[in-house]
Amino acid sequence: MHIDWAALGQVFGVSLVVTVGLVGIFTLGIMGTAPRTGGSADAAAGTGALARSGAYACFALCAAAVGYGIYLIVA
Amino acid sequence: MEHITLLIGIVIVTALVFDFTNGFHDTANAMATTISTGALKPKVAVAMSAVLNLVGAFLSVEVAKTISGGIIDESAGIRPEIIFAGLVGAIVWNLLTWLAGLPSSSSHALFGGLIGATIVSVGFDAVNADKVVMKVLIPAVAAPIVAGLAAWCATRLTYRLARGRDERDTAKGYRAGQIASAALVSLAHGTNDAQKTMGVITLALVAGGVVAPHSDPPMWVIVSAGLAIALGTYLGGWRIIQTLGKGLTDIKPAQGFAAQTGAATVILASSHIGFALSTTQVCSGSIMGAGLGRKGGVVRWSTAGRMVMAWGLTLPAAGLVAGGAALLADQGDWGVGAVAVLGLGVSAAIWLASRRKPVTHDDLDSRDAVADAEPAGVVTAALQAVAPPPAGPLAPAASSSPEAGRAPAAAAAS
Repeated sequence: MHIDWAALGQVFGVSLVVTVGLVGIFTLGIMGTAPRTGGSADAAAGTGALARSGAYACFALCAAAVGYGIYLIVA
Repeated sequence: MEHITLLIGIVIVTALVFDFTNGFHDTANAMATTISTGALKPKVAVAMSAVLNLVGAFLSVEVAKTISGGIIDESAGIRPEIIFAGLVGAIVWNLLTWLAGLPSSSSHALFGGLIGATIVSVGFDAVNADKVVMKVLIPAVAAPIVAGLAAWCATRLTYRLARGRDERDTAKGYRAGQIASAALVSLAHGTNDAQKTMGVITLALVAGGVVAPHSDPPMWVIVSAGLAIALGTYLGGWRIIQTLGKGLTDIKPAQGFAAQTGAATVILASSHIGFALSTTQVCSGSIMGAGLGRKGGVVRWSTAGRMVMAWGLTLPAAGLVAGGAALLADQGDWGVGAVAVLGLGVSAAIWLASRRKPVTHDDLDSRDAVADAEPAGVVTAALQAVAPPPAGPLAPAASSSPEAGRAPAAAAAS
């Protein structure tokens, strides 16, 4: 019996990297745009224009990933 | 649509019924955590999932082409009776697991049914054992591990990054992200599972000599299969949604987002790289992973154990039912009729049993409020004992799921 370990390993690696990467990037995006109502320790990194545009870049990356996902489904 | 005998007609109808059960069985995969985190209202969630399933059904026919030529050797003399018996086995098992509220793989039920029926009426030779191991057993074991680990790492990371932020500030963003991931899962489900039914109907048409072997499914097959799965999805398997969304672990928006993104990624990666993993197992695994990833998060292992047991039983149980059905159906026309009547009877009995303790979307909605309010005491107590406050919400935050609609109910409960 032949088990395709290489493919399984690939699926594992790709899934892990992409999931963690996407979630991380999206979380950074949320951090950049979410209002700060709760008392936070690191108030220094405020929601300046820089943080905001960085957040939008993060969201754009995630949108691109979703687009690629749709492309994979269709193709 | 020429020369469709009564038997082929029955097989097609049965296949569509299976497709329908597949739809409401698997709504939970995409939507359970989306509903339990409050990203979407139950009805909205299932409607969105249904539409995406329908769209997905039209996107490609790649899967439909392979199901008829993989696990079972078509040239060994597959007759419509066998396919019919296999479908009945799969439907019965799907309904039983739905009654128990357990997420089990509809594809495994279908494979099990077809394998059981084939063994009984053709023999072991017609089943490609290697393919069964490669396409069913290994993926079943690997899927929850891969998805669980990915979701676990992602959950840890997102909580670490969001440290020091109030959960209420970030919940909206997480919910939006989760909707996108859930939409991808639904779309992928439509392209995969609706096509399995198309493949089965095409297999029946080939077996009955209506269409040439290795041809694409006809348009009416694609349309009817897509509609059947969408309708099933829209009706919603609330029992299974409840298990996955609430029973397995307590899901917060950040976890729901991590779980759903992990599930979508694993499903797409696996189907693209060519090592197909079962959607149900991927989603359940990622939910458990996300549940463990939060500090103080708990997985209810008794529920998880029952679920894993159902996974293990799916293939043999569906195969056994289908084998019995095949034995009967082989007796001739009256046998097929008897299987049809028995199948209907069993389905009706299961449905009646489900009416005794119905679980509806209203139920889910109101239970949401209660579940949020009541175990919150236990959970937050555990949280405060185990983890420093930034890892999770403080006591009042835990019971606040800030939907306008639920707020009065939550207030009343607390």
